[in-house]
Amino acid sequence: MKLRQLAHARTGDKGNAVNISVIAYDAGRYAHLERHVTAERVKQHFAGIAHGDVTRYTLRELGALNFMIHDALAGGVTRSLALDAHGKGLSSWMLEMEIPDD
Amino acid sequence: MNPIRIGCGAGYSGDRIEPAVELATHGALDYLVFECLAERTIAIAQLARLRDPDAGYDPLLAERMDAVLPACRARGVRIVSNMGAANPRAAAAIVRERARRLGLDGLNVAAVTGDDVLDQLARGDFVVAETGRPVSDMAAVIVSANAYVGAAPVVEALAAGADVVVTGRVGDSSLFLAPALYEFGWRTDDWEKLAGGTLVGHLLECGGQITGGYFADPGCKDVPHLARLGFPIAQVSNDATAIITKVEGSGGMVSLATCKEQLLYEVEDPGRYLTPDVTADFREVRLSDAGPDRVRVTGARGTERPPSLKVAIGYRDGFIGEGQISYAGETALARAELARDIVAERFSIIGLEAESVRYDLIGVDALHGKTPGRAGAPPYEVRLRVAARTASMREAIRVGNEVETLYTNGPSGGGGVAKSAREVLAVATTFIPRELVTYSVEYEVA
Repeated sequence: MKLRQLAHARTGDKGNAVNISVIAYDAGRYAHLERHVTAERVKQHFAGIAHGDVTRYTLRELGALNFMIHDALAGGVTRSLALDAHGKGLSSWMLEMEIPDD
Repeated sequence: MNPIRIGCGAGYSGDRIEPAVELATHGALDYLVFECLAERTIAIAQLARLRDPDAGYDPLLAERMDAVLPACRARGVRIVSNMGAANPRAAAAIVRERARRLGLDGLNVAAVTGDDVLDQLARGDFVVAETGRPVSDMAAVIVSANAYVGAAPVVEALAAGADVVVTGRVGDSSLFLAPALYEFGWRTDDWEKLAGGTLVGHLLECGGQITGGYFADPGCKDVPHLARLGFPIAQVSNDATAIITKVEGSGGMVSLATCKEQLLYEVEDPGRYLTPDVTADFREVRLSDAGPDRVRVTGARGTERPPSLKVAIGYRDGFIGEGQISYAGETALARAELARDIVAERFSIIGLEAESVRYDLIGVDALHGKTPGRAGAPPYEVRLRVAARTASMREAIRVGNEVETLYTNGPSGGGGVAKSAREVLAVATTFIPRELVTYSVEYEVA
């Protein structure tokens, strides 16, 4: 299934990096997200855009994961020639990720 | 002591104004805070101030004050804002002028200054965090340098009786923390309380982004009435816990999901959220349902604030020229690709001097490249976008001009050309020991 069936997400920019939160609609499915949406999997998903490290932070109380993706904005909001210089749309791409049903 | 109610009247410089009026009139507020400074905003404002010593504050300042001052004055709502940008004194003068025009004599307006650290940077050895190179290497292109000051000067201004406090670069969350610090008399080393007040600020600082803005996804995340989105209110208690809500009957919604998205927005390590006031830890934060459009926030923890203040350095970083043109029909993609190839060849023929050039086909690959698993029917319409970084405005202008010439020289049916050329103001970061930054607060009554 697509990640979007289990989670919602929001992107924020920090210089040349972005953070993307992945938040379970149902806290009961958080463990499933934690198992399958790993830093390695995210780095692979964003291959071609995520040139730097991907760090994952787990927030069990919120039922959420927070990913920091470094060197992902072509130099940062002010230098980038990209249409979406902030990388705002990356959360939508994150939710396109295929994960196992159970 | 009773809880206090803090509203957020703007999440960025150009934000909607009516929601702030709604908050001032119907929010039962004690404080109305406007957060209007993005990273680059001060650098842009500083350029305006260099052209005119009386300029350099938020362009919507007068309009916002005209809209909210009468209701705030009538209800005793005090205003805190960083709309002073690069010129808080001039901004305070504008606030007083608007107050007098509105017949609101006696309004006490404070201006907070001291965040401008250009002189301090010139006298010391500072290093650019992004590059590791000395700040002095950038001397020729630096436009502005502003330290993120904490809540202290705003608390001082409120204690002195200011009705309106106008600042330059004060930490976003600090603007919201200050009223709680002042009202509840928290110690400035009570890290748990400071973390709780900082979390409230972090949740509120983007305005509608916690009340259902930037959230809707029809079918799975529906939000009512975004055209009438209500801005947030935090009802903050003495124990630094809070309830996030909005004006009854306004559009949008406050839910656990909207609060979770904003809690992690622009956060790197949730266990170490650094501000000028405290090092906050959001890992154990608990959000719970407290009724319709009401979410209770508890559990922020904190440790000692960082020894240095972050400084945003604004600098001139070349130019960007851009042009766009659209194609329609079954062969739209082929003609947009032809147009792109023509522009690329033209740049070579005319000898465009560009540091880098980027070609996007909007509707095909502009946002995330040709993403896998997305092949299907060709799009009915495609928009070519060409953007280039150049060293001069003259070269930047040539970029859009070459796209425009596609009208009469390119593939059939191209339309809707748009072009632009602009100077780039970039932002770099350094850190300054907090003892080198001294603020001052000036008061004048309208």
